[in-house]
Parts: sequence; C-alpha cells; structure tokens
Amino acid sequence: MTAATQDFHARASEALDDSGFQKSISTLKTGFVAARARAVGALPEYEEMREAGRAIKDHTLANLDFYLERFEAEVTRQGGHVHWAADADEACQIVRDICKRVGAKTVTKGKSMVSEEIGLNQVLEADGLEVLETDAGEYIVQLAKELPSHIVMPTIHKSTEAIADLFYEHHRNQGFDKRADNPAELIGQVRTILRKKYFEADVGITGANFLIAQTGSSVIVTNEGNGDLTSTLAPVHIVTASIEKVVPTLADATTLLRLLVRSALGMEITSYTTVSTGPRRPGDLDGPEEYHVVLVDNGRTKMLAGAFRPMLRCIRCAACMNHCPVYLSVGGHPYGWVYPGPMGAVLTPMIAGHERARELPHACTLNGRCQQVCPVKIPLPDLLRRLRHEQWENHFINAKTRWGVGLWSWLARKPALYHAVTRAAIGVLGWLGHPRGSFRQLPLAGGWTAGRDMPAPQGTTFHAAWAKRQQRP
Amino acid sequence: MTKVGSEHAPERPRVGLFVTCLVDLFRPSVGFAAVKLLEDAGCRVEVPPRQVCCGQPAYNSGDTADAIVIARQTIEVFEDFDYVVGPSGSCMATIRKDYPEMFRDDPDWSARASALSERSYELMSFLTDVMGASLAGVSYSGVATYHDSCSGLRTLGIKEQPRALLSQVEGLTLTEMQDTETCCGFGGTFCVKYPEISVRMVSDKIGNVDMTCADTLLGGDLGCLLNIAGRMRRLGKTVRVFHAAEVLAGMTDAPSIGEPEKS
Repeated sequence: MTAATQDFHARASEALDDSGFQKSISTLKTGFVAARARAVGALPEYEEMREAGRAIKDHTLANLDFYLERFEAEVTRQGGHVHWAADADEACQIVRDICKRVGAKTVTKGKSMVSEEIGLNQVLEADGLEVLETDAGEYIVQLAKELPSHIVMPTIHKSTEAIADLFYEHHRNQGFDKRADNPAELIGQVRTILRKKYFEADVGITGANFLIAQTGSSVIVTNEGNGDLTSTLAPVHIVTASIEKVVPTLADATTLLRLLVRSALGMEITSYTTVSTGPRRPGDLDGPEEYHVVLVDNGRTKMLAGAFRPMLRCIRCAACMNHCPVYLSVGGHPYGWVYPGPMGAVLTPMIAGHERARELPHACTLNGRCQQVCPVKIPLPDLLRRLRHEQWENHFINAKTRWGVGLWSWLARKPALYHAVTRAAIGVLGWLGHPRGSFRQLPLAGGWTAGRDMPAPQGTTFHAAWAKRQQRP
Repeated sequence: MTKVGSEHAPERPRVGLFVTCLVDLFRPSVGFAAVKLLEDAGCRVEVPPRQVCCGQPAYNSGDTADAIVIARQTIEVFEDFDYVVGPSGSCMATIRKDYPEMFRDDPDWSARASALSERSYELMSFLTDVMGASLAGVSYSGVATYHDSCSGLRTLGIKEQPRALLSQVEGLTLTEMQDTETCCGFGGTFCVKYPEISVRMVSDKIGNVDMTCADTLLGGDLGCLLNIAGRMRRLGKTVRVFHAAEVLAGMTDAPSIGEPEKS
C-alpha cells in the first residue's frame, strides 16, 4: 500500500475543524486512557512485567534467525507451510498463488495490520476475489473505502451516525431496509451478513499477535470471535505475520499478552485468545485442511541491524497513540498510512522510506508520554529524534529550517557576539512590547502569533543585567 | 530560605547557574530569582559569561553535529563547578540525559559529559533533593495550579519537588488541574512548525486551568509558560503566569508573563 504522508499538515487542519471527528476521538481520551490506567494500577507487578516483556522481545530479536527457523521447523512438523517474503510484493504473490491453486472465490479476513501494510486486499480484489474483512471495525472501513485510523480501533474516527448511514446505504439490498442507528443493531447486521460468508469462504486469512517458536503456533486475540470463525471454517488458513512477531515459548507469549490487553483496552483478557497449530489432524472435528504462514520482512531486517531495533519490540497495543496529544488532536488519517501516532511516525519512514514520510518525525513535541506508557519500553522520542538526524544528514530537511537552526547554532558558538546581538535585539523588542506586555504580531513569527500573543521580553538580557549588577561596588 | 542540611552537598557548594536562552532573553527576573533561591540555600552562585545555549534546538532538529559543538562548549564552561543548576527541566534534561548519549563514541568527551551530567540539576529539584532547602517568610496571594513540563517530569522525575516548595509559600493555595501532565503544545520548534495543532493543545491546557478557577498558573519551564501565557493573552484571560522560581523567591512584583506594565 502506498504511503501518502506528504499532506500531514492539510489533513491535520481538516481533522481539527471536523467537529464530528473531534467528538469521536475524544472517547479515546476519556475511555481507554482511564481504563488502561485502572488496569495497570490494579497490577502491583506491572513494572516488573513490563521489564520482562522488554527482555523477552530483546532476547528474541537478538536471536531472531534461530527462533524463526525453529518456528518454521515446528510448523512443518505439524503439517503446515511457512513462506518467506522479503517485501510486500512477494508476500502478496504468495497469498495470490495459494488462492489461485485452490480456486478460491471468497476470502474472509481477520484483522491483520501487516496485510494492510502489504496492500493485500487490493491485490486479491484485482484478481477478482471477494475479500471480506470480518473484524467489525475493519468491515466498516472496508465498506467506506477508508483506511483504519487506529491500529486497535480502526473506526475511532467515525461516529455511530456515520456508520448507520453507511450501513443503510450498503445493507439495504441485503434485507435490512430500515435504518438502524444503535450499536447493537448495527453489529447484528454485520454478524448476519458475515455468518454465511464464513461458511462460503475458500480461504481465511488472519494476522498473528504472536508466533510461538516452540510449538509452531500462531496466536490471535479478538473480542468478536471473528478470528476463530475465519481461521477454522475456511478450508485454507493463511496467517500473514511480520517476522518480529515470533517469541520463544507460549509462556513468553502469555507475559506479553497480559501487557498487550491491558495496554490496548484496559482489560485483563480479551474475549477470545486463539492458538492455531497446523491444519486439521486426523480425528479433529473442525479446522482448515491447509495451514500457511507468510513471514513478511518488508524492512524489518534492516531495522534489526541498526539503531531502530527497539522499534521491533512493538506489540501493536496502540497505547502510544492513545496517549499522544498530537494523535488525540488530529487522529490517524493525517499520518497517511497504516500505522499512525508515535509508533507509526517511526515505522512509516522505516518501511515506506524517508521520502514518503518526511513530516512524521517532526509532528511530535517529544513530550515522552508514549515511551512512559509503552508496555515494552520503546524509546519512541529518541527514535523520532534519530529519524530527524537521518533526515538532516540526508538533506531531507527544508531550507528554511536548516537556515534557521544553522544561524542559531553559528551564533551560539560565538558567545561574545551572541550576547551583543541578543542584547541589542531584546532591547528593541522590550521597548516596543512593554506598553502592552505582549505582541499580537511579529515579523518572522507568524507561526507563533497566528493563535497566540508573543509575551514581550523584559527589555534586557539576564547576562547584561547580571554584568551590571556585578560592577556595582 | 534556610537550609535544613543535606548529607550529599558540600558545605557551601559552588554552583554555576545555567541561565537558559529563554530566561536570558525573555525573563531575566527568573534568573535573578534562581540566584536568590540558590544563595539563600547556602550556595555560592556564579554565572559564567561564556555560556550560551545547551544545544537542544539543534539536537532536536536533527543537527547533531552542531549540537555536539555547542555541548562541548557548555561542558568546558561548567565542568569546574560543584554543580550546574538551571531553571528549566528541558535544558537540564538535555545536559543530563542527552550529553552522555551525544558523546557515546568519544571516550574523552564521554567521561567529561557524564561527569557534568551527574552534577547537573533543574533548580527546584536541586533545592529540595540536594540542598534540602525550605522557605521562610515568602508569601503570594492567590490560587495557583502547576503545569508539569514534559522533560522535567519524564526525563528528570520532577513532580513533587516544586509542589513541596510551593506549599511553603504563605497565602498560596495549590490546586491540581486535570491532565496537568499532558504536553502544552510548545515542543520547541513544534509550536511554529505545527501552529494549529500546538494551539489546539495549549487551548486544551487552558481549558483545564479554567476548570480549577485558579488565578495563577505556575511552571518550571519558560518555553511552556510563554506558550500558555501567549494563548491566554490572545483569549483575553486574566490568569497570571509566573515561573515557579519567581513565586518561591518572592519576586512577583514585576508584571506576570505577557502582562502589561502596571500603571
């Protein structure tokens, strides 16, 4: 999927002016932030668990080749198949080939962020397949032809009214001729429509919250049960997962699950935690006949080798965006791609390239709240600053900023000149500003004064005043 | 202010005041308040004239090479002091956390950066944690709420120290606002690169100040305070905005931030 992050500014402005959107996004602030705080607060061992989670991920990443090969061996031993995809195109091609071989017409899909990342739906639809998202949120954004604006709650940007309108438009021809507007009825429509699709599906695709090297299993968590129906009712189950999803053991996955669910939803456990291990065995009552795992690299090994390795600890809980004041102001769409908020501002340039995500590392105040709530302690502000450094080195920073920062730095290296220049400038500004106490407008400060006054300086620099005081007998 | 004594500090430590750019340029009164507080706590305060900026604007913009040159200059200026103290969590977090990281691959400078880092403190945390200072005879009439600035809070762990000191000011009532730990939207160059988002964030902050009915907003970082005061003036609010050091030093006769000269 192509990243379109160049117009962050414009999209952010639209979101700020959209009162319906602002109302929807505010539920994150009041609901999920408080729920997470309660869940974390109720757990005395939370900080130890967080450290354990970080250690599990770091250990696995340091030995990623070993655990991936162990995972492959176990999947194969269970009768499943592992496919290695270097990039998005290869990953999509592998899924296309499987669908083609089994003569698939209908594909059901559980929620999978990596499938969004590789643009799988578009590829399969272009092949003439019917592709149906079965997570209610993903179903809605698919129907609306939008991108998810949040990695856990894809429709957080949409109001119930907007969803009611959308369903009325699309579900009328499926027997729902009355406009429903309460959530229970709306979800009921999704369930009814999807129920028969689960049975019709030739291929069911899910993501993976974790891959277990020890057992060759894939693990997903859902609250709707759609993942189980997708993975067990279709004759072929394909798991799309990025390579950093592997952990050594089921016990490790359990530690991370406890962190994930609390951080994401403020719950202790999701309604469903599903472990899939291989295809149906002789004597099993249900389950797919084929089980495939597509392991997607798409930039991960490059991250593994360098300073961005800590980003691969991410377990996609979305706590960083739920607590990010920028995300909470503008939502996920201005980020322009699959992954929004702080984690997206790091991942998007790493996966889609700096050129396509120049703005993202800068749309951040480096306030550090994301790192504070990250269940695996990813130093997101440091990584964002490092991306700025890489942009600076590669001349991706615009001339105005380079010039401004450059001038300041040049002056700061010449203390005597700096103090003389600033004393003169502050003298003038202080004299002009002191009757009113602040400026409504100032040359070259339009970014500041568009929405704020600029408080006037007191009229002398501290250093000048201090020198004067020292001279007094 | 009287010193109640601390086991860690030398008897009368020699403290280099890191003034910070914004205090130097916009509000020297904060610098003088810092000097008074440090002297009252028993420190010998000096202000090295060759200090300039900590380098954070360059470092956070990605211009690491320039940031390193400026950091070396700061280390040279301050390394002979017992402590370097500044009235800003943000600048002091740069010296404390970022300097050692900047010189990670440079053994000579790494040692010097770490040595300075360990002796650098934000003003209010230095007064409480190192000097064990307490106030006497300081008063301020008003109801104040305190904004926790991000770098001080999350990088330096400054939360209780300013409140502990402010609770000793006679006539001052401290009231906590909702989301006091949420960023005000300043973020250095962020506030001019993304003015609309920044103004939304500072407006949310001011909404929370309003709900407390406080007549005074205090904080420990002038960047945030200029941002909040600037938006308050634009909205026509009459809430007074001071750096907490000004209140602690009893130096609130000057107009508050962004306020006109009293006639």
